[in-house]
Amino acid sequence: MSFVTGLRCRECGRRYPTEALHVCDFCFGPLEVDYDYEQIAQVVSAASIAAGPRSIWRYRDLLPVDDAAPVDLGAGFTPLHRADRLAAELGLGELWIKDDTANPTGSFKDRVVSVALTKARQLGFKVAACASTGNLANSVAAHAARAGMASIVLIPHDLEAAKVTMTAVYGGTVVAVEGSYDDVNRLCAELASEHPSWAFVNVNVRTYYSEGSKTLAFEVAEQLGWRAPDHVVVPIASGSQLTKVAKGFGELARVGLIEPSPVRVSGAQAAGCSPVATAFATGADAIAPVKPNTIAKSLSIGNPADGWYALETIRRSGGSCAAVSDDEVLEGIRLLARTEGIFAETAGGVTIATLAKLAAAGEVRHDERVVALVTGHGLKTVEALSGTVKPTATIVPTLAAFDAVVGEDLDPGSGR
Amino acid sequence: MSVPVRVPTQLRTLTGGAGEVEVEATTVGEALKALDATHPGFAERLFDEQGQLRRFVNVFLAEEDVRFLEGLATPIAPGQTVSIVPAVAGG
Repeated sequence: MSFVTGLRCRECGRRYPTEALHVCDFCFGPLEVDYDYEQIAQVVSAASIAAGPRSIWRYRDLLPVDDAAPVDLGAGFTPLHRADRLAAELGLGELWIKDDTANPTGSFKDRVVSVALTKARQLGFKVAACASTGNLANSVAAHAARAGMASIVLIPHDLEAAKVTMTAVYGGTVVAVEGSYDDVNRLCAELASEHPSWAFVNVNVRTYYSEGSKTLAFEVAEQLGWRAPDHVVVPIASGSQLTKVAKGFGELARVGLIEPSPVRVSGAQAAGCSPVATAFATGADAIAPVKPNTIAKSLSIGNPADGWYALETIRRSGGSCAAVSDDEVLEGIRLLARTEGIFAETAGGVTIATLAKLAAAGEVRHDERVVALVTGHGLKTVEALSGTVKPTATIVPTLAAFDAVVGEDLDPGSGR
Repeated sequence: MSVPVRVPTQLRTLTGGAGEVEVEATTVGEALKALDATHPGFAERLFDEQGQLRRFVNVFLAEEDVRFLEGLATPIAPGQTVSIVPAVAGG
């Protein structure tokens, strides 16, 4: 059974039924899902969750949809790796990497899309749609195919080649828009008004969709032995993931699965698109939109829908927020690959580079249990690394040629 | 000058269901005020107590967010459309 009691405007508190609604009719504030946490606390336990599937659906009691057969490609329950070598490089103590590159389409978006399309199907929708910087496009196209739904995906025209291929291969409609992600998003917001029979996962069913990100917090806590970390570092695009991760830890405490403990939440952005980091640095209480210019295209949202809430969450939790250059992003990708064997897309580079910056500044501390979210696979953005990583040498197939370029002083421990 | 204003689903109860309304205006702010004059209720939905656009309302003139232009004072050129779009979308 579902424990959802309704939807509520986060700004003015007006209540709404659990339909395809995402903003308050009165003040345009975002709608949040309300649950009966007392009822959930009575039925949910570590054992009941452990008996569930190895996917986000083991947490179905805390998700806004109840369906015995969800739209599912196996999203979630991704590895949480202890990262001692990276920790040593950054001067940190207990560091963990939540490796969401391991999701079915290679990013955390599978979590939110699995929830969104399960709810959309329950509401009677036959068409799945979205505005995407790429990762969401991949996931919507794949999950729609899985569910036998039509898909209409809108993307900026200048996305990485892999993200376009990984969307188009599923046979849905893919429209490249000559403009930025913010232009695509605005178009989809208007299309959603004209096509109410389409489920735009991040427009009219966004209220449900965004709840899927809570499962990152649920998994991290479960994988740490049902305890929250002290500090979590999260990349910021729209800001939704960061706010929902914080909400997730709060819910676990509320239903008694973990001891209540403060979790500092810090945000990571690319300098070329850093409206939240800028507001954090200046102490502003509004997010000024920007025109993105960074290789971290999956984070290139200049007008973030949940930017304000992300900022509020960071401040309230005692976290921090920083932005890193594109060169630092590339170094972040290489550092994570070299030390931990995880190949992240540019957004992961942003997270690792920001973690490094915050660690150097003493904002992330050696005595904290730290989790960094790596949310997308490096194969999606290989262009970003072109020219910066390449073969050590190219040789003819002879021993002499090999010895000439590699030599006898090769030390596997040298880090080359 | 007659200016078309695009209205999102959430506000179409105020326009009898119409998705586009023509108003007389020369700036974005005038267009939104004129909309409230012909279809009462728009102002309290779009503006906060200080008369500023609410945090979760985006207003576009043609393809551009008016916050990148001159805000409510942005002059409207002939042929341009004003669009009211909920900000909470995407990501």
